Amino acid sequence: MYRLLIGIFLVFSINATAFADVENTLAHELNVLAHAKLSQMPEQIDVLASIDDPRIADILQALLDGNLYTRKTDKKIFFALAGPDRTLNLSDPLEVSDAVSKPSKEYKRIGVNNRMRSQLRTAVSQLRLQSTDEKQRLAAVLRLLNDLDPSVLGLLNQLAETETNKTILEAVYVARALLALEHGDRLEKLAAIDLLSGNLQPVVLNKLLLIVAADANGQRLEADPVIYKRAETAIAKIEGKADFYGFIETTFFGLSLGSVLLLSAVGLAITFGVMGVINMAHGELIMLGAYTTYVVQLLMPDHIEYSLLVAVPTAFVVSGLVGVAIERGIIRFLYGRPLETLLATFGVSLVLQQAVRSIFSPLNRSVATPEWMSGSWQINPLFSLTYNRMYILVFAIIVFVLLLLLLKKTTLGLQFRAVAQNRAMARAMGIRSQWVDAMTFGLGSGVAGIAGVALSQLTNVGPNLGQAYIIDSFMVVVFGGVGNLWGTLVSAFSLGIANKFIEPVAGAVLAKILVLVFIILFIQRNPRGLFPQQGRAVD
Amino acid sequence: MSVLKNFRGIATGVALGCAGVLGTGVAWAGDTIKVGVLHSLSGTMAISETTLKDTVLMMIEDQNKAGGLLGKQLEAVVVDPASNWPLFAEKARELISKEEVDIIFGCWTSVSRKSVLPVIEELNGLMFYPVQYEGEESSKNVFYTGAAPNQQAIPAVDYLAEELEVTRWVLAGTDYVYPRTTNKILEAYLKSKGVADEDIMISYTPFGHSDWQSIVSEIKTFGSAGKKTAVVSTVNGDANIPFYKELGNQGVSAVDIPVVAFSVGEEELSGMDTSALVGHLAAWNYFQSVDSDVNAEFIEKWQKFTGDDERVTNDPMEATYIGFKMWAQAVEKAGTTDTDAVEKALIGVTVKNLTGGDAVMNKNHHLSKPVLIGEIQEDGQFMVVSETSGTVPGDAWSDFLPGSKDVIADWTAPISCGNYNTVSKTCSGQNF
Repeated sequence: MYRLLIGIFLVFSINATAFADVENTLAHELNVLAHAKLSQMPEQIDVLASIDDPRIADILQALLDGNLYTRKTDKKIFFALAGPDRTLNLSDPLEVSDAVSKPSKEYKRIGVNNRMRSQLRTAVSQLRLQSTDEKQRLAAVLRLLNDLDPSVLGLLNQLAETETNKTILEAVYVARALLALEHGDRLEKLAAIDLLSGNLQPVVLNKLLLIVAADANGQRLEADPVIYKRAETAIAKIEGKADFYGFIETTFFGLSLGSVLLLSAVGLAITFGVMGVINMAHGELIMLGAYTTYVVQLLMPDHIEYSLLVAVPTAFVVSGLVGVAIERGIIRFLYGRPLETLLATFGVSLVLQQAVRSIFSPLNRSVATPEWMSGSWQINPLFSLTYNRMYILVFAIIVFVLLLLLLKKTTLGLQFRAVAQNRAMARAMGIRSQWVDAMTFGLGSGVAGIAGVALSQLTNVGPNLGQAYIIDSFMVVVFGGVGNLWGTLVSAFSLGIANKFIEPVAGAVLAKILVLVFIILFIQRNPRGLFPQQGRAVD
Repeated sequence: MSVLKNFRGIATGVALGCAGVLGTGVAWAGDTIKVGVLHSLSGTMAISETTLKDTVLMMIEDQNKAGGLLGKQLEAVVVDPASNWPLFAEKARELISKEEVDIIFGCWTSVSRKSVLPVIEELNGLMFYPVQYEGEESSKNVFYTGAAPNQQAIPAVDYLAEELEVTRWVLAGTDYVYPRTTNKILEAYLKSKGVADEDIMISYTPFGHSDWQSIVSEIKTFGSAGKKTAVVSTVNGDANIPFYKELGNQGVSAVDIPVVAFSVGEEELSGMDTSALVGHLAAWNYFQSVDSDVNAEFIEKWQKFTGDDERVTNDPMEATYIGFKMWAQAVEKAGTTDTDAVEKALIGVTVKNLTGGDAVMNKNHHLSKPVLIGEIQEDGQFMVVSETSGTVPGDAWSDFLPGSKDVIADWTAPISCGNYNTVSKTCSGQNF
């Protein structure tokens, strides 16, 4: 009994020492990292990566993400996440403990450069091959594809046996095939090519291209004709798929550009198209919408995720009210005098720009992008759709449909159209035409404000935001046919798609010029645009 | 008329007498040294140029506190050319002929400088130009305190090639004179280093370009050919934000395809959500994050002057600072503000730059500067990852363009020429 007790005690103490050992090395190496100069860090990262401890992957990941800080007083290392009001939420990387909030100026982030980031990514992905989290495992395998080394074959084989997730398993097979392509014998190579045929990972295509490459004298590098032939077929298959996805991608880019054009032009389609007012300040109304987003985000810094939902109605009201003010204050005295309206609204646009410059400074303002709008939807390695563009495309269509319903299905819409078609008769029927004018202009301006919210997610929020879109907006409205909302829709999307298909061939500058030239020629032939208004309402 | 002349003479005499009696410590109203400030305060360029106007005003205030120059106080004459290039020439004429300023600090874009050049040469004025530019120029009346291509673009490319082992290059720029010339120089340079044609992609975009989807997708495809790829960006100010945003959204990180920019500094980043930019690079001669005593003092002074303790500093501000200090020193040396005397005195003047070294004005009116490469951090500041060991003298005429290979600028006797061909030993007189 006594012996047994001693035995148990001994076992425990040995375990405890071994445990304390890893603990000490880890603490020691972290301390070295905290004191390391930038040039010594790569070496220290290798040392850390070689320690066998489950916490290492998290520590290296934190270093990669810039979440590893040292306390300025004693150089102790912490995990840290930024909190509100310049504080950091700190936790100890070696112990499980609750995070404490401390002012950030007492801590310093451990900076890494690109070279170390690349080193860290590889180290983390090797460590995470056995991670319990499926997402991490998949990311680890995909990352390994790009710098494969025969030394990981053992790990891959092990993973191939235990893995249950299909996507990860496929990635593991691809990784093994890529290794076989370089280091395998003839049969292995052929099997690898078959497996890789049609795979869209860029690294696969590059490795296959190496097989069919020729040396400086035009001599084939691959002597075996069967392997050569198979590789060629595989490449053709991949390139065929790539062309197909390239086409879809360009179409999406075109639709996305079209949606931006639609959003910025649809407000103008109402004020210019329905009312016939040339409003040069339209761009500035868009700009006001973007600045409204900025102010909304300033007012609700803890709820950036919802800020856009608040900003849309707010921007509509702000720009709409400014629009009504412009109509009541200036434009109503100038109906029927297009040249004077143009000059007056141009003046208004300069006033608005300088006002914004004086209030918010001439510098661009930073509008944050909510989490749900960043990143992209990866459909396959060659084809992904960015979330912000997708949301804006959907948003543009919703705005368009709502506007159409408003004009076609409501009493207000009926009055808009009545006044636009025949002012005198509408008044005779008891419609307050002046009130309708103000409302129509306010509506067009409000929609411009909504466009500003969307644009704040794509481009700079600065005093010059509006100028960049005013020309394009007029172009879309004129091309689509004045006074026709459907025309604006078709024109925006066709100009967007045309632009994006010309761009890869001719370059961005020439693409824009070609589109403009095309519109000029088109307007020469069809002065009333794509969908001219017909009937008595025309004059 | 003669009465008037006499009166003027008497007045001057009285004034001089008074000055003599009162001593030099007291500034005489009306007897000041006028400093012209020719920066846009409205229009597209206001975003960058207002900062430089404020820098000059701060330097003037400082100099006046220290007793002015030659016993006189300095007086700023600020005009607004409103980002309108021809207006720059008119305002320059107004500053020199009407306001009779002794020195001008001004311009940002190359087009504005090119528009001012004929005026300033005709009226024999003096101007300091504080922004990095494409080179291929050296005017007798202009001092260039920003970087020439060999002080920014070429060292940046060297860093990418040597440190990051980049072998495939995208040269992306806005479509105007600075990117076009810089990319021409870079292309010639890369080819001289043995980079093949198919490994260089050149792409230009219009001013303020905001739809980067196709170009980023093209860069992504170009960069997936198995060779390490980098983007050398001469994209101008405003268009950068959507460019980086699109890169981030399409999943191109700085580790895969780093972007090194020549027009993105602390000021531009202060209006940005920088999370997508971390790890991308910029090449400048100064970063706010540089750890030196002069820099700390300068930043403190600047934040106090602007009343904003978050306000950032940037490279063109340092260039303005160096230019102003050099001019003050040259005026003291020459004992006058006369253009020709100051111009001669300026050559060889040395002042401390803000990164802890010395800036020297060379014979070709360009500075010797250190070149720094920095990586963008989350807080919008740069972490310096590479620095040249000494300073690099600015080269007015690039050695990598066939037309200007043998050309140098030297404004000292006996050459005294802005465009001197060392082979044919002739001065073409075509200084810009």
